Parts: sequence; C-alpha cells; structure tokens
Amino acid sequence: MRDWLQSALRPAGPEAASVHALWEFMLWTSVVVFVLVLGALAWGTLRRRPAGADPLAEGGPGERRMTGAVSTAVGATVVVLFVFLVFDFSTGRALTARREAAVRIEVTGHQWWWEVTYYDSIPNRRVTTANEIHIPVGRPVLIRLNSQDVIHSFWAPDLNGKRDLIPGKESSLWIQADSPGVYHGQCAEFCGYQHAKMAFLVVADRPADFARWYASQADTARTPTDSLTARGQEVFLSSPCVMCHAIQGTPAGATMGPDLTHLASRRYIAAGSLPNTRGNLAGWILDAQGIKPGAHMPPNSLTPADLQALLAYLGTLK
Amino acid sequence: MMGRKLRGAVALAAALAALGCQRETRRFRESPPAATSETAVSMSELVPGPKTRDLPIRNPYERNAYAVSEGERLFNAYNCSGCHSHGGGGIGPALMDDQWIYGSDPENIFSTIVEGRPNGMPTFRGKIPNYQVWQIVAYVRSLSGLLPKDIAPARDDHMVAGPEPQRTEPLRPKHAFTPAAAEHP
Repeated sequence: MRDWLQSALRPAGPEAASVHALWEFMLWTSVVVFVLVLGALAWGTLRRRPAGADPLAEGGPGERRMTGAVSTAVGATVVVLFVFLVFDFSTGRALTARREAAVRIEVTGHQWWWEVTYYDSIPNRRVTTANEIHIPVGRPVLIRLNSQDVIHSFWAPDLNGKRDLIPGKESSLWIQADSPGVYHGQCAEFCGYQHAKMAFLVVADRPADFARWYASQADTARTPTDSLTARGQEVFLSSPCVMCHAIQGTPAGATMGPDLTHLASRRYIAAGSLPNTRGNLAGWILDAQGIKPGAHMPPNSLTPADLQALLAYLGTLK
Repeated sequence: MMGRKLRGAVALAAALAALGCQRETRRFRESPPAATSETAVSMSELVPGPKTRDLPIRNPYERNAYAVSEGERLFNAYNCSGCHSHGGGGIGPALMDDQWIYGSDPENIFSTIVEGRPNGMPTFRGKIPNYQVWQIVAYVRSLSGLLPKDIAPARDDHMVAGPEPQRTEPLRPKHAFTPAAAEHP
C-alpha cells in the first residue's frame, strides 16, 4: 500500500506522467537559470573596479562586452521560454488527444458531493453512483464534467491535473491508471462551506474485477429478505429520505441526493467525510449537520427500532 | 461634543450590525423534527373548556435571508415548481398573486403543505422536516411580496412571470380568510 494520500509527483498513469515530465523539465531548467543568475550577481558584487576609474565614463573597453553579455542573456531567456511553450503545447495536445474510450463517465458536481454516471448505449445498463469512481486498469477513461450548482474542480493528482466543472458547460478529462489501487481525489475549486469535505476515490480494478463490479452496480437493489430489513425499507420509503435519494428497484427515485442503490458497496459516506460503517451512517442520518454543517442533509428523528431497521436495510444494499 | 457624536455613531453601527446579523445568520443545525411541536395549526376553532386566545404562530424564518433562499432551493428540489411553476401556476394555483384559496398567513400555508388540500395538493406530512416547511412557507410568501424586500431572494435564472420577489409590491389578499373549518363540514 502506498504511504501517501495523494501526490502529483508520483504519477500513476500516462496523463499524470506527462504533466510530471513537464513539471520536472521546468523545475530543473529553472534551477539552472537560478544558479546562473545568482552566480552572475555574486561575480558582479565581488569584482572590484580598478582604482581611480571614472564610474560614469562612457565607451570604455568593457562596454561592448557588457552589451554582448546582456543581449545573449535576453536571447537565451526568449529561447528557454519558447522551449517551455512548445513543451507545454505538446503536453496539452497529448492530454487531450482523441482516443477510443474504454469507459465514459459523467461526473456532476453538487454541493458537496460527486454524482457519477457510467454511460452505456443501453439506457438501463447505465450505472449511477456517488463519490467513488471505478475504472479498469490500463484503459483510457473519458470523464465528462458538469456542475449542478457552482464551479467545482475535479482533481485526482495521481492520475491527471485539475479540470473545472462549470455549470452548464461540459468539459472533459482523460484518466488512466497503470496499476490497481485506490487513488484519492478532491474538489480543487472553493465551492462553499464544505469544500474541504468534498473528496472522491478513483478505484482502479483489474478488467475482470471491474466487469464484475459493473455488473453488480447495474443491478437493481436487493429486495429485503427478512422482516427487519423489510421494515427498514418501509421506514426509508415513508420518511424524508425518499424526498432526495433514489434506490433503484423501489419507488424511491429522487435525484437531489446521492443514489443509494448500492450504498453498502462504497468505502466512504458524505463524500469522503467518514468511513462507511454502521455507526457513522447512523450518526449521519440523525445529525448530518453536526458532521458537515451546511450540507443539504436534514436532521432526522427516528425511533431506535426504526433506525436499527433502516441501518439493517441500508447495510444490505451491496 | 465630538465624543457624543462618535458614541451615537457607534451605537447606530452596532444596532445596524445586530439587525444585519439576524437577517444574514445561517443556522445549519436546526433542532431535530421530534423537538418541534408537530403542526401547531388546528383545523377547528372549537376547544374544550373556556375559549382562550391562541398563541400567535410566528414563522421563525421570515426575517432571515438565508432561510428564504433555502426555501427557494427546497421549493424546486421537492418539485413544488412541478405544479406551481416557480410561482406562476400551472397545474396548481399561482403563488405570486393576491388570490389565496386557503389563506396567506404563515400557518395557513404551513398546513396546506403538511396536510395537503382537496383537488390535488398532496400532503407532505412526515416527508419534509418542519423547519424546512417553514423555510418554504417564507419563500412562498416572498413571491407575492409579503416579506420585507431586504429578505426576499433576488431574481434567479428561470423565466419569471413577474418581477423578482425583491421588487414585488406587497399584494395583500383581497378577501378576509374564511376559517378552514368551513372547508370540512
């Protein structure tokens, strides 16, 4: 397991690698320029003028040499900037080059969570989930970004640079992971109170695992098999939950909040705020504002029996 | 002399700041639904024992701009606009005029939302927490100018049939409200 959360300096895919190569080239070129400039400054500071020379004299013997040195430095600066420009353009071209997308994912930013929809030409094979993006390893994935409310920014530093989500204007981004793993991402454009708690995960699976995951996500939610979970489903459908959340396969079809059809299969709840455990989920349902003030989840009061039934039901939504 | 003027200015600034605070406060952690009295609205004027005056019902959000804009967000999120169409009306009655079938007072609108009304208005009992209902009530009243202009939300990006709530002249209901009891023989 990697011992860092997220880092742009340890690229995990070709897009991040090309951004990283550009960054390294710029860094080392700038280091060389910095050392040369400071060296010239030190040389000029330490060099003594010959005794008795007029400091304001024109056309002395050193004048031509100085003019030459300054012109060379200016020329070199222009050349270096042009090299940066060309490198930058070619990196940009490589990042946006048209490819055959193995998977197309639409990511919609909300205050403060990520809606994730996998495109499929067959409508009922489309999968909607939240805050957790699964991708197959070694395959180019096209992410199409849009926003529901304010400007957000999609940033998974291990996989690619940032790309803003602008309401009403679709932008896109390619990502590809070289090896299986869990990569962290974060909203990178201040978007309100809970901007800091708007994280997501990119989970890179082997193609076979990805296919299995996709098949399970494309399914409707499990029907309750025992009386406790059946009661939990009734609680869900008759409480404020149903006003915002959807569970495919039940009458709940609202799209204001995250789709909960396969809630129990996700690692975190509330956009990376809390690990998805029964206790955290209970706290989130009862008093979300204590955890994430300003989020659009209202407080709920449920009797203990109803809460336990609801948690049992949500726990079956693998 | 100068001191008194300065003191007056400071007092004025403090008073304005206090007023502004009330208008701009953003309360996120509302009391949970169980801690608030259920509807606070009665459908009958008859009470057991001697007739007492009801405690006046006040919408806690009518003087809070954030709550009213939240009401607007919820109005769309809960698809009120599906029938009332951003206040202009369609399947349901318009909310930006001075015609109120079931009354324009906050408690009337509250019970319209919570209890539902005949011929189409569904009941949202148990589906919307009380504090959110009060926020929606405040927004609905802002549509016809019944809220102070500095509280009412500005124009949004939707097509609007009339001026934005901030610019709406107060449209006082023309007819006195007939008690709800009359609707339920």
